[in-house]
Amino acid sequence: VTNVQHLLRDLAPQVLGMLLRRYGDFAAAEDAVQEALIAAADTWPREGLPDKPRAWLTQVATRRMIDHIRAESARREREAAAAEPSQDETPERDDTLELLFMCCHPALSPASAIALTLRAVGGLTTRQIAQAYLVPEATMAQRISRAKRTVSGVRFNQPGDVATVLRVLYLVFNEGYSGDVDLAAEAIRLTRQLAAKINHEEVAGLLALMLLQHARRPARTGPDGRLVPLAEQDRSLWNTRLIAEGVDVLQAAVGRDRLGDFQAQAAIAALHADARTAEETDWVQIVEWYDELVRLTDNPVARLNRAVAVGQADGPRAGLAALAELDPALPRHTAAAAYMHERDGDPVTAARLYAEAARSAPSLPERDHLTRQAARLNAQLRS
Amino acid sequence: MKYMLMMNVPGGAYPYTQWSAQDWQRHLAFLKSFNAKLTQAGELVAIEALSAPDQAKRVRAGDDGQPITDGVFPEAKEFLAGYWLVDVDTPQRAYQLAAEASAAPGPGGKPLNMDIEVRQLMRSPAEEL
Repeated sequence: VTNVQHLLRDLAPQVLGMLLRRYGDFAAAEDAVQEALIAAADTWPREGLPDKPRAWLTQVATRRMIDHIRAESARREREAAAAEPSQDETPERDDTLELLFMCCHPALSPASAIALTLRAVGGLTTRQIAQAYLVPEATMAQRISRAKRTVSGVRFNQPGDVATVLRVLYLVFNEGYSGDVDLAAEAIRLTRQLAAKINHEEVAGLLALMLLQHARRPARTGPDGRLVPLAEQDRSLWNTRLIAEGVDVLQAAVGRDRLGDFQAQAAIAALHADARTAEETDWVQIVEWYDELVRLTDNPVARLNRAVAVGQADGPRAGLAALAELDPALPRHTAAAAYMHERDGDPVTAARLYAEAARSAPSLPERDHLTRQAARLNAQLRS
Repeated sequence: MKYMLMMNVPGGAYPYTQWSAQDWQRHLAFLKSFNAKLTQAGELVAIEALSAPDQAKRVRAGDDGQPITDGVFPEAKEFLAGYWLVDVDTPQRAYQLAAEASAAPGPGGKPLNMDIEVRQLMRSPAEEL
């Protein structure tokens, strides 16, 4: 990706936000910005960057927008006002925050909010988003245009719902990497921008969580594509720069003493990052953070992870007892039980449960991992 | 999350070859509008119809690695007639779509209420262990 592309992706949401504030009409404004971006991508590399790239884009996009408004005969009355953009606009006002809230409006389904955010705020093309989510480009185009219609009635500048925005950004982060777009990196970029604009402890919490998880990515898969569990990861592959940044961001957030879901998850990630070896992990503190997380969210996945942490802190019997209180249908319940039975010295039960967990694994790498665990124990039992 | 909705039919020739033109037309119109709805919702990933079970061959490798083909099959066996691949927000939405497809009109406009098998695609990427 060239510098021009980076710059355009930073500027696009600012210009779009400005058009929305001035004219409303999400669909038309987005089209106008897309056309301006295409013009810039064509002109700038040939003729060099304009002195004021943002002003250049704003001017071209505004012209397109006015053309559009003129073309709509039903909107004659607004034409006069639109044709004379007031010159006293604060030129560097940043509207991207309002834009992000609009794209993550609670009226949108998660998939629609994700698509619209990546396109309008992230500045990605429909094709890139489609490739990243492994759907046809036409399907993604429909999803985006439907999302635009849904928010077209939403007034710009309305106060947004931070929690919804954070959920959308975390979903993007977890999609990881496919196609030519690194969605995890893109989610971090957008969350960084958001954190720079609003002072909110959970925004910082999410940013810290993303940074700390992203730091482990190089160690998460082996050279043959296998999943490497946290305990077996080569910790020298962890990105120390990201960890240091994540810990800093988290400390500032937690210092505000308004604990939330993402801060608690980030705190757990930070404790893992802090351990030089798996054996040095401070599981007692991790259990305390899981207690906090369960208290905050009452999320069944958090309860399951808590039971696993209890197994590490107080031994497999305690972990199995904690697990027994939870719904056995929870994802990874069986895999967690298998792991703890093995540590408890019961390879027969562990092998059976690993095989059972493999049958319902939600992804191929996870199925592969669990199948190999079962095979390893079965080989031990035969010899 | 992505799901495959599979329409399974009894073996032999497709039954609609015996339907009236009007019934067949109504069935096609239903499928067309169902598919258009999926497309507009941004949920359709892929869709295919397969040739009839009486055209199917079963293939296995012989000792020399060459294909040994087998067919026609008993009509009691179920065969895949076609599928939709959809990308939806919840499993409930996938089941809802399957129920709509199941109720496609048959002879006399009566809902067929055929079996639609719903299978989730393996998720990607995998979560950290």
